[in-house]
Amino acid sequence: MAVIQLFNEIGTIFRNTPTFALVLEIFLLITVIWLLLHKRGGGRRRRFTKEEEDFIIENYEPEPLVGETDPDHPLLRTRLVASKVGKRINVDGHDCLNLGSHNYLGFLEDQDILEEACKSLRKYGVGSCGPRGFYGTMDVHLELEERIAKFMDLEEAIVYSYGFSTVASAIPAYAKRGDIIFVDEGVNFAIQKGLDASRSTIAFFKHNDVKDLERLLVEQEKRDQKNPKKALKTRRFLVAEGIYMNTGKICPLPELVALRKQYKLRIFIDESVSFGTLGKGGRGVTEHFNIDRDEIDLISAGMEGSMATIGGFCVGSHFIAEHQRLSGLGYIFSASLPPMLTQAAISALDRFEREPQIFEQLQAKAQLLHQIFSRFSKLRLCGDELSPVKHLYLAIPGETFDAERKRLIDVADKCIARGVAVVEAAYLQNRERKPVRPSIRVAVNRLLEEAEISAAFEIIENVSSAVL
Amino acid sequence: MGNFDAFEQGLASPNGNGRLPNGHGCPKDSPSVDNQLKFSAPAYTEIRTRRCNAKAAAESKNASSSTYHPERKVLLNGHAAAAREHKSECKPNQAEGKLSPEMEHYQKTSFEEVPMHTACLTYLGFYLLMILGYINQLLFVPKVATEKGREGYVALYDAFESFYSRYVYRRIKDCWNRPICSVPGDELTLKDRVTDDYGWSFKFTGTETRCLNLGSYNYLGFAAATGRCADESEERARDAGLAYCSSRCELGNNAQLEELEKLTARYFGVEDAIVFGMGFATNALNLPSLLGPNCMVVSDEKNHASIILGLRLSGATIKVFKHNNMRDLERVLRDGICYGNTKNGGKPWSKVMIIVEGIFSMEGSIVRLPEVVALKKKYKAYLYLDEAHSVGAMGSHGRGVTDYYKVDPKDVDILMGTFTKSFGSAGGYLAGSKKLIDFLRTNSHAHCYAGSISPPIAQQILTSMKTIMGEDGTETGRNKIMQLARNTRYFRRRLAQLGVITYGHEDSPVVPMLVYLFSKIGAVVRTLTTRHIAVVGAGFPATPIMEGRIRFCLSAAHTKEQLDYALEVIDETSDDLGLKYSRKPRDPNPIEY
Repeated sequence: MAVIQLFNEIGTIFRNTPTFALVLEIFLLITVIWLLLHKRGGGRRRRFTKEEEDFIIENYEPEPLVGETDPDHPLLRTRLVASKVGKRINVDGHDCLNLGSHNYLGFLEDQDILEEACKSLRKYGVGSCGPRGFYGTMDVHLELEERIAKFMDLEEAIVYSYGFSTVASAIPAYAKRGDIIFVDEGVNFAIQKGLDASRSTIAFFKHNDVKDLERLLVEQEKRDQKNPKKALKTRRFLVAEGIYMNTGKICPLPELVALRKQYKLRIFIDESVSFGTLGKGGRGVTEHFNIDRDEIDLISAGMEGSMATIGGFCVGSHFIAEHQRLSGLGYIFSASLPPMLTQAAISALDRFEREPQIFEQLQAKAQLLHQIFSRFSKLRLCGDELSPVKHLYLAIPGETFDAERKRLIDVADKCIARGVAVVEAAYLQNRERKPVRPSIRVAVNRLLEEAEISAAFEIIENVSSAVL
Repeated sequence: MGNFDAFEQGLASPNGNGRLPNGHGCPKDSPSVDNQLKFSAPAYTEIRTRRCNAKAAAESKNASSSTYHPERKVLLNGHAAAAREHKSECKPNQAEGKLSPEMEHYQKTSFEEVPMHTACLTYLGFYLLMILGYINQLLFVPKVATEKGREGYVALYDAFESFYSRYVYRRIKDCWNRPICSVPGDELTLKDRVTDDYGWSFKFTGTETRCLNLGSYNYLGFAAATGRCADESEERARDAGLAYCSSRCELGNNAQLEELEKLTARYFGVEDAIVFGMGFATNALNLPSLLGPNCMVVSDEKNHASIILGLRLSGATIKVFKHNNMRDLERVLRDGICYGNTKNGGKPWSKVMIIVEGIFSMEGSIVRLPEVVALKKKYKAYLYLDEAHSVGAMGSHGRGVTDYYKVDPKDVDILMGTFTKSFGSAGGYLAGSKKLIDFLRTNSHAHCYAGSISPPIAQQILTSMKTIMGEDGTETGRNKIMQLARNTRYFRRRLAQLGVITYGHEDSPVVPMLVYLFSKIGAVVRTLTTRHIAVVGAGFPATPIMEGRIRFCLSAAHTKEQLDYALEVIDETSDDLGLKYSRKPRDPNPIEY
């Protein structure tokens, strides 16, 4: 009975419905069924049968894991150092004057630092056997962080166990997808990797060209005006190096800071070269330009240069630096810096504070070397006068970078054989953002004498004139 | 938790749905299938019990209780000597090979499911903490550094992230980053600190606490300030200085590092090796050289952050499979290869790489290597094995999981590991064919740009590695490996007997003990510290919200007395805090050391 009644009801409904509504409903019904069936039928792609799958797997031929390596590749042939590294160095059996190691202040030869490190070894052992979170924090790590913060007159420092990972972890701790980072195109490889890891939008400006940066900032401002909602969520960063490892030039910090204020950027400076070399007290590029360090959001530096140990640190306000203790991947997930190397950094800071004249000595030597090395006939010196890192390029550009590199290697080899250790800067040309022009990278040591620099000049000049 | 459900069902379900995944992907053909199905969770315990019964020794727990205490060091040495006497019957960490590998793995691995009410309580507890945090944030002015001089800027931090670290994590912040001032050996010295403002800041009291160390990754006990390793490292530091201030490709290469690379290659029985100054960077800076955008990576869901970072930098397509689940691995591989790069119109992948770890540091599980190797061969994939925790700690020669399973190391395309843990130093290595290593020498980021390893650090690796290999002419290395294996089995069995839930494989020296509730992590770590035991806690976001845990890392430096002391304290603490969640039948017999 009920069924018949139901049918009657439905019949009434149909009869009372206008035709166009009926047609529409039927059409909708068909669409729904079609969509449902279509989805079940394999979605966007057709499923293979088991036999087909087996066939594909059978025939799948992957590329080899790695390609063949040219046995003459320049990076395969590394030079052997057979002595303690200092002002003199034994390379491939030749006793040389060292113009290649980034031992700017000559601390590698310092007996006091070594003694204190060995004392530390006798207290803590060699390794720390754990990340900072899990009993890898030793009192020396805390002491070093406190000392760096005090030295830089900032609130907080955070120590990493590897120079490369310091800036490469610091950048992605703050910059995320959707943010924008303005970067000098001359930045070193570690910064490039940090940028990659952040997944932010990257805008490169020409090396040390503030005008170009401003152009990019204006473009961004226009974009922001078009989409103000997005602009409210986009963090803006500016990343530069104090002294560029790859060019030896000092960044124009006052102009960068002015732009930071105008365009509300957060500025990160990598001071791997400039820390402990620039400024009256070795406090880096901020001291050099006499800029208040509060203007900079984060300073990072490797300790593998002037401090002559291993690792790196970031220093800034408590608000900024503390964040890395929970977000800096290379900090959280890596074993902490071996205590003896931490102690070496503390001892280096002791020296920084006790003998601030070493920085002026180093800068004087850098200037002296700059003057003397500007006179090469076949090589062109590049880099700032005060910078302890300088590059020698071929005065007459070669046809290709490969050709240039081959000739520079030849020069370096012959210089080493004649008692001056200089090396061509090593780059992974195919992995850099864009190929870097080959050069011989010269590192200045505070302990060099004028006579030694002149003698080195003679040798390099003779060799380069003969070879090039 | 979902991933472990499947795992557990694999053990318990009799209907074939939960059949164990098998290396060859077609379980029907395998003769051991019927056997496999018989093993349900209770059966597993029975087997263990029977085996223990047969061997039951007279020595029992009360014979040694409370003779050890970290603050009474004198007693220790006598007992340590006594403990070393019956070393002869001790076996190294080694797959026994009596059963099929899959079977043996299942018997020895445990991921017990959480009781329902604990699960509910855990979530409830967590949300309660969150709500309290929000109220706290509303009512009180946060006592936290604010940004100065950056008005009008876009906020630097994500709101939830900073809320979580300020109002949830802060409550148990004192359980991490605890400063020590000694060697992280079998014992360590904690620098006591107090907080007057509920975890916002800490102050040192000036006192120190000597604790038994169950937290450091000192698996083979090479962390020491005296002895051969320390002596040779010091000597090397005096000879060669503390650093090179240059990369390997410029002026940072030396004979010692070349020797270390040759020794590492010999240690694993492969053609060549390359070493780096940091373990984290070994993954993060080398994976991008090996993989490109048209590569597919099949990665275990519990892989370490360094691997994930490396993969992200490489631009490869990442597919994740369930933790140590071979059936899921095969499914992902099969799907991936059959359908190719779907983002690129189904083009075949140029390379497919499987990435697994030897021992998973948070789970305490051991990779099912023989099955992974079989799958790798079947699907022509490459295998990258991260042995950060397993190198030194596994296998009768300490060569890691390949040694443990007696798998040919050449079947693993890339062996990776760190020197931080078992070797008591710092750094990492990649080992494999000559062709691979030559490629890395010309393409590795770390090799070309990062500073080379410090001489004393490299010396520590050399000395400890030679000791493990027995090339120093003593049995020290072998004894250490034995001692670790013995400590591991004893400690894990005793914990199971106590009725707490532990995760992972019975031969893994990483022992996570599940406490589930967020607040219990703090409670356990603090209580154990008052009893002079230093342990590591792990909670969200390092683990799923559900699975707060305490992790014990065993070491060859631990003696039976130390472990007994720890177990006794853990027993009492577990009673007080209600940690005995396990519903498995417990072994009534004393566990033999």
